Amino acid sequence: MSGIPHDHYEPKTNGEKWLNSRLPIVGLLYDTLMIPTPKNLNWWWIWGIVLAFCLALQIVTGIVLVMHYTPHVDLAFASIEHIMRNVNGGYMLRYIHMNGASLFFVAVYIHIFRGLFYGSYKAPREITWIIGMLIYLMMMGTAFMGYVLPWGQMSFWGATVITGLFGAIPFVGEAIQTWLLGGPAVDNATLNRFFSLHYLLPFVIAALVIVHIWAFHTTGNNNPTGVDVRKGSKAEAEKDTLPFWPYFVIKDLFALAVILVVFWAIVGYMPNYLGHPDNYIEANPLVTPAHIVPEWYFLPFYAILRAFTGEVWVVQFASFITGGIVDAKFFGVLAMFGAILAMALAPWLDTSTVRSGKYRPMFKWWFYLLIVDFFALMWLGAMPAEEPYATFSLIASAYWFAYFFVILPILGVIEKPEAQPETIEEDFNAHYGKADADATPAE
Amino acid sequence: MFKKLAIGAAFALALAPASTFAAGGGEQHIEDFDFSFEGPFGTWDQNQLQRGLQIYTEVCAACHGLRYIPLRTLEDLGYSEEQVITYAADNFEVFDPELDDFRPAIPTDHFPANNGVGAPDLSLMAKARAGFHGPYGLGINQLVKGMGGAEYIASLLDGYTGHEKEEAGTILYENTAFPGGWISMAPPLSDEQVDFADGHSNSVEHMSEDVAAFLMWTAEPKMMDRKNAGFVGVLFLTVLSVLLYLVNKRLWAPHKGKARKD
Repeated sequence: MSGIPHDHYEPKTNGEKWLNSRLPIVGLLYDTLMIPTPKNLNWWWIWGIVLAFCLALQIVTGIVLVMHYTPHVDLAFASIEHIMRNVNGGYMLRYIHMNGASLFFVAVYIHIFRGLFYGSYKAPREITWIIGMLIYLMMMGTAFMGYVLPWGQMSFWGATVITGLFGAIPFVGEAIQTWLLGGPAVDNATLNRFFSLHYLLPFVIAALVIVHIWAFHTTGNNNPTGVDVRKGSKAEAEKDTLPFWPYFVIKDLFALAVILVVFWAIVGYMPNYLGHPDNYIEANPLVTPAHIVPEWYFLPFYAILRAFTGEVWVVQFASFITGGIVDAKFFGVLAMFGAILAMALAPWLDTSTVRSGKYRPMFKWWFYLLIVDFFALMWLGAMPAEEPYATFSLIASAYWFAYFFVILPILGVIEKPEAQPETIEEDFNAHYGKADADATPAE
Repeated sequence: MFKKLAIGAAFALALAPASTFAAGGGEQHIEDFDFSFEGPFGTWDQNQLQRGLQIYTEVCAACHGLRYIPLRTLEDLGYSEEQVITYAADNFEVFDPELDDFRPAIPTDHFPANNGVGAPDLSLMAKARAGFHGPYGLGINQLVKGMGGAEYIASLLDGYTGHEKEEAGTILYENTAFPGGWISMAPPLSDEQVDFADGHSNSVEHMSEDVAAFLMWTAEPKMMDRKNAGFVGVLFLTVLSVLLYLVNKRLWAPHKGKARKD
């Protein structure tokens, strides 16, 4: 599978040969599991496994929850309480599923920013990156629709606000919104289709995850130095890599166990900390909550959505040249999706030939600022839409776009990168010293 | 019908729709009560929950329902099956569609919903209100003090200043815990209103805490099971982490020079 030379599966017994000549599935699994992996991967590389675990966790808990849930506007809220009170272990199932979504997003954000720092998006891994962005988009859709299912106040009003975004599309917006909702407002039809899609999308994500893994197994993993694995011969490649099993599986499982300690403590001791109290009030179309706040993982992009009000000159200019077709609301929607699109375009916006941020003295600081910017946007997304938050949001949103569309292209031209190690082996030995096993040939 | 309806009704007068938000008002003040069920190892105070149930039955039930709570679960508060049967039959009537009439409640029924006067259902109130926010909307207070739903309820019941005003035909009562400062619910509790069998203090402050604890139980009846599962899980995963750490260290040792030299 991978372009790195390594041992392949050889069927030994007659039974294995029989199967292999008809369906080489054992060989496929063997090659996937034994893929040569750069041995210098650091702890930022463990989040892929955490994400795979989250997907499995959410699917398994979700399937069991569905056995007790009723997707109907009059019964949904009560059926959640039924799960919490009467179903054996139902309170744990539901709290794990609820907080599992948060763990999923913590993991995906770290995974994305790891890719942004170490240049994992650069050639030849653009497809891996794009598939990853698609998975992230699907995750957001799934999480949003899942949040509607308990049919609490935030569920209902969140759904109303977010589907309202589609209403901002010029000319066809209202028709699209009605089509999405299955009626003029969020109601039973909406709840049912969200339920259906919330069940479907995780399996689409699972399929995309397989493509994601296929893509980076073809190119090989990136690594903290960004230097390619030597592919001249098997012996050479083995100096730079170790097989995924057992070295990285055990390492990742250790990291996963540590993360799960924290996760389990949150589920056991403060399961509602990340939620909103209003969602324990049944949905009521006649009463609007004082503040409609999305879940924490949407806040950065929610802040960008709200930052572009009619008072911003860019918005006024866009409105002027389009003859009023692009109004402030539609501009905000475009900005929000544009912020995600900007990430997806990173492989073509970054002009630097050096992959890893470790060897880019100027890039580093702009990147750290992007992290700060991300958290600032998250905080601003939860603040009311008033001064001074509006101005801060605008500045923070502007930096997000500037990073991708201005800073990344320019840095590649003006920056003088530092010396990179020749090989992964050199980097690994610089950290851990030269192992005896490598110094003396095996006796 | 409702045994204590008359008493409750005397205290809960005209109630406006739940959406009434009075303008103005001061800072919301939520007292940080020290409840027995807080923290990783906190447990219910069973006597307190029983007192809370008595206050709910004699006072709150006049206007507020507990529609998600099955009466049978009262056995979790330490009552026998017989006591629950008697309690249900004595205090509540439910509409039975088969009889097409009301009949005395039995343990498999839920507490009745009570929508008559527009008072919100209390089943989940302790989770539907956060007592502590901030600083700056970051919710860091909640990491330290918990969500504070029970604190909110207790602060609200104990937060009446005695001032009232009339607005658009509705009497509003000043309350230091209610957002906006003015609430349409008349002060429901007064000193010595409920007599406890165990002779526990029945001041407004104590009763507020008792009923808040009871409502925390109605909102999260499985809290103790949950914390227990949390404890077992954290312990198990910690041990697993240590084992995996050791396996990982040993596995990688031959490939790391430093590890060899040590």
